[in-house]
Amino acid sequence: MRHVISVKVENKFGVLARVAGLFSARGYNIDSLTVSQTEQEDISVMTIVVRGDDRIIEQVKKQLNKLIDIIKVTDHNEFSAVQRELALVKVNAQPAKRTEVYQIAEIFRAEIVDISVKTMTLEVTGEPGRIDSFIELLRPYAIKEMIRTGRVSMGKE
Amino acid sequence: MKISGAEILIECLKKEGVEVMFGYPGGVVIPIFHHIFNAPFKFILARHEQGAVHAADGYARASGKVGVALTTSGPGATNAVTGIATAYMDSVPLVVITGQVSTAMIGNDAFQEADTTGITRPVTKHNFLVQNVEELARIVKEAFFIASTGRPGPVVIDIPVDVSKAETKFVYPEEVKLRSYKPVYKGHPVQIEKACRLIETSKRPVIYAGGGVIASNAAAELAEFVKKTGIPITTTLMGLGAYPETDPLALKMLGMHGTFYANQAVHDSDLLIAVGARFDDRVTGNVSEFIPEAKVIHIDIDPASVSKSVQVDIPIVGDCKAVLHEMTKIVKPPQIQEWVDAILKMKKENPLTYGSDGTRIKPQYVVERIYELTKGDAVITTEVGQNQMWAAQFYQYTQPRSFISSGGLGTMGFGFPAAIGAQLARPDKRVIDIAGDGSIQMNIQELIVAVQHRLPIIIAILNNGFLGMVRQWQQLFFDKRYSHSCISFSPDFVKLAEAYGAVGIRVEKREEVDEAIRRALSETEKPVILDFHVDREENVYPIIPAGKSVKDMITRELV
Ligand SMILES: Cc1ncc(C[n+]2csc(CCOP(=O)(O)OP(=O)(O)O)c2C)c(N)n1
Repeated sequence: MRHVISVKVENKFGVLARVAGLFSARGYNIDSLTVSQTEQEDISVMTIVVRGDDRIIEQVKKQLNKLIDIIKVTDHNEFSAVQRELALVKVNAQPAKRTEVYQIAEIFRAEIVDISVKTMTLEVTGEPGRIDSFIELLRPYAIKEMIRTGRVSMGKE
Repeated sequence: MKISGAEILIECLKKEGVEVMFGYPGGVVIPIFHHIFNAPFKFILARHEQGAVHAADGYARASGKVGVALTTSGPGATNAVTGIATAYMDSVPLVVITGQVSTAMIGNDAFQEADTTGITRPVTKHNFLVQNVEELARIVKEAFFIASTGRPGPVVIDIPVDVSKAETKFVYPEEVKLRSYKPVYKGHPVQIEKACRLIETSKRPVIYAGGGVIASNAAAELAEFVKKTGIPITTTLMGLGAYPETDPLALKMLGMHGTFYANQAVHDSDLLIAVGARFDDRVTGNVSEFIPEAKVIHIDIDPASVSKSVQVDIPIVGDCKAVLHEMTKIVKPPQIQEWVDAILKMKKENPLTYGSDGTRIKPQYVVERIYELTKGDAVITTEVGQNQMWAAQFYQYTQPRSFISSGGLGTMGFGFPAAIGAQLARPDKRVIDIAGDGSIQMNIQELIVAVQHRLPIIIAILNNGFLGMVRQWQQLFFDKRYSHSCISFSPDFVKLAEAYGAVGIRVEKREEVDEAIRRALSETEKPVILDFHVDREENVYPIIPAGKSVKDMITRELV
């Protein structure tokens, strides 16, 4: 099972290394990890997507909680949180195929952020699942390069 | 008035009540040593940083206070790592201060620079790199607090040399404010209630106590709990001394080299009450066959230890001392006379034994004689290997903090420097390091420290000419190919002792054992090496092969 774990941490140097080290030392696999600012200057938030059975996820949360600089650990599932991700996708799009790509972009409200003789680069944001589908639809056009930010997640009220 | 970072550090250590500090100097800590020169606490100059940290660790384990060590940057700090990792695995409260190159040089591959916070991160409870002198006092206060509260552990403070030299006003914070760190001490009343109900209806309960009982000074509470419930009790290696082994309900140690009856009782139990123990693989063996029929109550201050390897039915997160106290108040004794009788019978029929042939000295016999001649009142430290297991099996521990050993990391070379720390913590006790001829050579340089400070530590080498535990595994599981486990090429330990100014006694016959121990015990100003030439191929039994279970236990009789 994939879990999205949101971790509020003290905004101090070394905290990221501590968290990353915890995962590598215990052999837990991170799907994605984002770190960024919050409304409070001295607090950062890490959104960690990790896979494992219940026992592993339980351990991940407990071990995170043990770190001194960690303020709060919350397990977000898709119903309890708003989750977003951004992707940039560069596809091979010869002029003949451009309209098709353009249509797909339209449906996903993706933006065309760069265009060259042979390629188009699209930016899409949204729920990670939506981004998955977007990428699937673009695959037939030969994806030259693709990058995703990893998700950010905010609990619902 | 402004004072330097180095002076601030000394002031903080004074405020923390530090009585003794262990360490080794170097370039970037000279400003600190400058003020240690006339500090009001004792400074013990080790001969290797690993020795310094193990000594601080031994001091902490023997006294229950925070151990403190100081090393220089780079090689000083890296030499300290094994000591720090040892303390981390056994949850020992330590503050290790390391020097660092100046803040301007950090990251430049400067002379004697090492990324100490990076290197020690996985083996510390927490670590700090002090970036300016203003934050130094607060960090020291936090370091002592973190090291000694909750599940204890080592904390590293890395201090760049310019921070030691910079000046500021000294203000020691009154209290620690860490919004993210709040250990829970009191167990949840609902969980406690549930646990007591389960105990009352159990038919075959066993208590399994670990080092957490000793760390939380809960031996008296544990004794009360056993007295009220009448439940038999086994301890881990780290828990030796948590409950008097001379008591009929005591089953001694369980696990790989535990007693037959402890392992069998745990295996047959319908309820296992784990107190400050973490289900190490040396205890459980193959987890899936460990306790087929038992429910589990787990009392531990560290939530991450709960259900880590064994699924727990009733977790109680809290301090053993507080939780046991609460439980004893409300628990009603279970009806378990039949079970207890069966265990007592098993205990009587399967004692720990060893063979005896002619005049050859059996290592177990040496340990037994040490127990008899010290009347069980010594502090025993150990190295790692067969010596450690025999020390665990054949001495009867009745007091907490009387058995000091590297359990989690299994660090050869730990016992002797730890004995130095223990002897400084407990000048009233005899401290004896039960050693192997391999392990003792890993930190023998510290002998001069014991001589210098007139510490009458006894090093009892069970000299078998082998890295015995390795040889035993090679014998049992690797077709007796003794690849590089023979170390009969060793120094003359008697002359070595004498070279250091200690006393050395070689013992080759069984009938000389008592006299040698008595002679060593009569020495009050000098360390003594007792070099016991023991039966070379003696094994530790019982043994449950790694990853196996009780039914695969190999006892002496089976061989
Ligand atoms: C630093 C370190 N290196 C290697 C080991 C692996 N090891 C465990 S027991 C052992 C043999 C110990 O030999 P000795 O000290 O002579 O004790 P004996 O088993 O003979 O009592 C070894 C090499 C270890 N535990 N620690």
